[in-house]
Amino acid sequence: MCGIIGFIDRKKSRMDGSSIKAALSLMNERGSGDGAGYAAYGIYPEYADCYALHVFFDNMAEPKKKVDEILQQWGEIVHQEEIPTTPQPGLKKVHIPWRYFFKPSEGLMEGRMASENDVVTHIFMEVNANIKGATIFSSGKNMGVFKASGWPEDVANFYRIEDYKGYIWLAHNRYPTNSPGWWGGAHPFNLLNWSVVHNGEITSYGTNQRYVEGYGYKCTALTDTEVVAYLFDLLGRQHELSHEMVVKALAPPFWDDIDRMPAKEAELNKAIRLTYGSALMNGPFAIVVGTENGIVGFTDRIKLRPLVVGENGSRLYISSEEAAIRTLDPEVKNIYTPRAGEPIIGRFIE
Amino acid sequence: MTLGSVPPKFKVSIDRDQCMDCGRCIENCSYGVYRREGDKILIESRKCTACLRCVAMCPRDAINITEKPIDYRSHPVWTREAREDIINQARSGKIILSGMGNARDLPIIYDRLLLDACQVTNPSIDPLREPMELRTYIGKKPSKLKLRKTESGDVELETKLAPNLKLDTPIMIGHMSFGAISLNSQLSMAKAVAETGTFMGTGEGGLHKKLYPYQDHMIVQVASGRFGVNIDYLERGAAIEIKIGQGAKPGIGGHLPGEKVNEEVSKTRMIPLGSDAISPAPHHDIYSIEDLVQLIRSLKEATEWKKPVFVKIAAVHNVASIAAGIARSSADAVVIDGFRGGTGAAPKVFRDHVGIPIEAAIASVDQKLREQGVRNEISIIASGGIRNSADLAKSIALGADSVYIGTAALVALGCRVCGNCYRNLCPWGIATQRPDLVSRLDPEAGAAQVSNLIHGWTLELSELMGAAGINSIESLRGNRDRLRGYMLDEGMLKILDVKPAGA
Repeated sequence: MCGIIGFIDRKKSRMDGSSIKAALSLMNERGSGDGAGYAAYGIYPEYADCYALHVFFDNMAEPKKKVDEILQQWGEIVHQEEIPTTPQPGLKKVHIPWRYFFKPSEGLMEGRMASENDVVTHIFMEVNANIKGATIFSSGKNMGVFKASGWPEDVANFYRIEDYKGYIWLAHNRYPTNSPGWWGGAHPFNLLNWSVVHNGEITSYGTNQRYVEGYGYKCTALTDTEVVAYLFDLLGRQHELSHEMVVKALAPPFWDDIDRMPAKEAELNKAIRLTYGSALMNGPFAIVVGTENGIVGFTDRIKLRPLVVGENGSRLYISSEEAAIRTLDPEVKNIYTPRAGEPIIGRFIE
Repeated sequence: MTLGSVPPKFKVSIDRDQCMDCGRCIENCSYGVYRREGDKILIESRKCTACLRCVAMCPRDAINITEKPIDYRSHPVWTREAREDIINQARSGKIILSGMGNARDLPIIYDRLLLDACQVTNPSIDPLREPMELRTYIGKKPSKLKLRKTESGDVELETKLAPNLKLDTPIMIGHMSFGAISLNSQLSMAKAVAETGTFMGTGEGGLHKKLYPYQDHMIVQVASGRFGVNIDYLERGAAIEIKIGQGAKPGIGGHLPGEKVNEEVSKTRMIPLGSDAISPAPHHDIYSIEDLVQLIRSLKEATEWKKPVFVKIAAVHNVASIAAGIARSSADAVVIDGFRGGTGAAPKVFRDHVGIPIEAAIASVDQKLREQGVRNEISIIASGGIRNSADLAKSIALGADSVYIGTAALVALGCRVCGNCYRNLCPWGIATQRPDLVSRLDPEAGAAQVSNLIHGWTLELSELMGAAGINSIESLRGNRDRLRGYMLDEGMLKILDVKPAGA
């Protein structure tokens, strides 16, 4: 199960989190109260140049000191604070959510790891794999993930989600099966500006994991979804494929369909399948990915999980259920269900 | 002879009440177990190899064969085998020859690996009702793609793809030469691979002209003896394979006994009639990895870079590093042959003691290639002891792109694994060149049997994948998350990178 929502205002007009909370709570029968989360883009305009690192600390002694240390080695902490929260009776606070606004220094790395993004990816992997008691769960610019174990309303109220205004929102109502309901296992999963909400189970996880680990990514979240964020980062950022092409690699057309395409198109699709066979995602899934340019929604190749799309002017909605979209926007127009594997892409209008 | 004879291996008996005296056993046994004296069929058990041809042909089920009717005094160290090997060598002073693959009672890792299936949280996929993709491409693949946008906004491919073999199912038939096996055996398999959309190897024996119609499904082999190799041969093949070594006898060359070199074999191999064909242990133009690189390039130049070139090595201790070296050449696939790989003739000490299991070799090769970022540079073809579709699925889950089968294909042709392939007496018409025996194997019927086997495994693989919620072979490849080890030690689990059952 699990219920997901993706929202974008293509004109970057920002919306606060209250209606997202209401829509996500509507899908409570898709969840089990073991995890919920939100990702919002455009929420930190005053620190837009900094990486907003959201970290779960088990305590403020050892792990905090180690994370401070690694960040100071690699750059400058422009600002840091505890993420404001309000205690909720139905939510047990097991971590201290903290945020850093961080600027990596240039020139500390050579070659492949030269860019700011590579430095932040390195810190992300290093902290999550090697520092006990600290988990970076959000690492993009001008965006942030807020998640915990609990029901969507409780998680939203805990983080005061209505205080944030974003032009992209992702939300996830979790029914955990293959990993414990720990805070780090809740969705969205994030790396840099990539955030993922996912309903389903990736049966190709072992293959995908071996593939991304060959490129230095470390799978530490004990759940299959994080690999999607790394696949998008590898194919979309490092290999510079467009969002359409990334979706084609992750959920490609069947060979029978490729055989019927015109020669050039067939050659392109064949090349994608040959090159990115290990990135192909199998099993039932519906996914929405948030990126710095917009959102991408898609399902597995035989659509074993639901996905509904709605539009209203510059606003695009993607969700597991039509009712959730109607809660977000009672005036919504043009509701439809996309075909299996078909990418739904919402980009900003300049 | 002070040593006398050793006890016969098999005891053959005929139920005289059942026997109708038709004489089919006499006709069929090429080893000379049966003969007629007067009105009685006499039996010489010592000659029996348990090839079971007589049993299969007896219309009355009147024949019984028991193994080891007389045994030695039991002893945990001095086994029957240990004692008989010594007796044989005391008599001959020679190397002991053997056939088929490793016959030691070592645990089979495949049998200690378990596959996964879906329950509740993800649906299994029904291959009868949903698409199931087994199509496999063997060859080099780019590690990333370069695309460009045309003025009209279309996306175009800038990267050029290397030639790949397209397989409809990830099962190929490995290299068994004309000479080692009969032309009818090769014809049967060639028709079968053409029908099932896959490929077979020619072995080191050239390509007989009767196989030309199937050449698009044949992989031609260049081994250390260079038998049968010329430009015409290279050009006919769909791909070219350089054989460095084989799992049954790593480190030594091939041997075709002169008895099997008749006129057709001699013409196809380009060697004198009746002469032993002994290929050298190394290729005498390959003493290092850079020499191999040159040979690969020479073969590619000769065939205008149109054909994939494979390199076959035996799974030895350092197989992963060797494969990584091969991946850095222009080779398109590496064939890894595990220590259970079969053969027509191998020194017993090699067959039973040299090399490592294919399961461990696949795992370490795939791991090493990924660590070095060259996994896409080369396909992995696994072989050596693959007996059924479960072994096939497990090989792919460990990281292989496809498998070669050998013995399994011969068994589909009638072989009963008696292990006397080097004697030219194969009563099933498989490992022999004697025209009367070869004619027992009808290529049409043989083709149907082999293609049935490939179909059957393909169906089972589809079902296994569907049950695991996977509809494309790419998602099984290297998916060790879907394997669990049972009764495997910690060290082996680590090499295989597989969790124990229950974890």
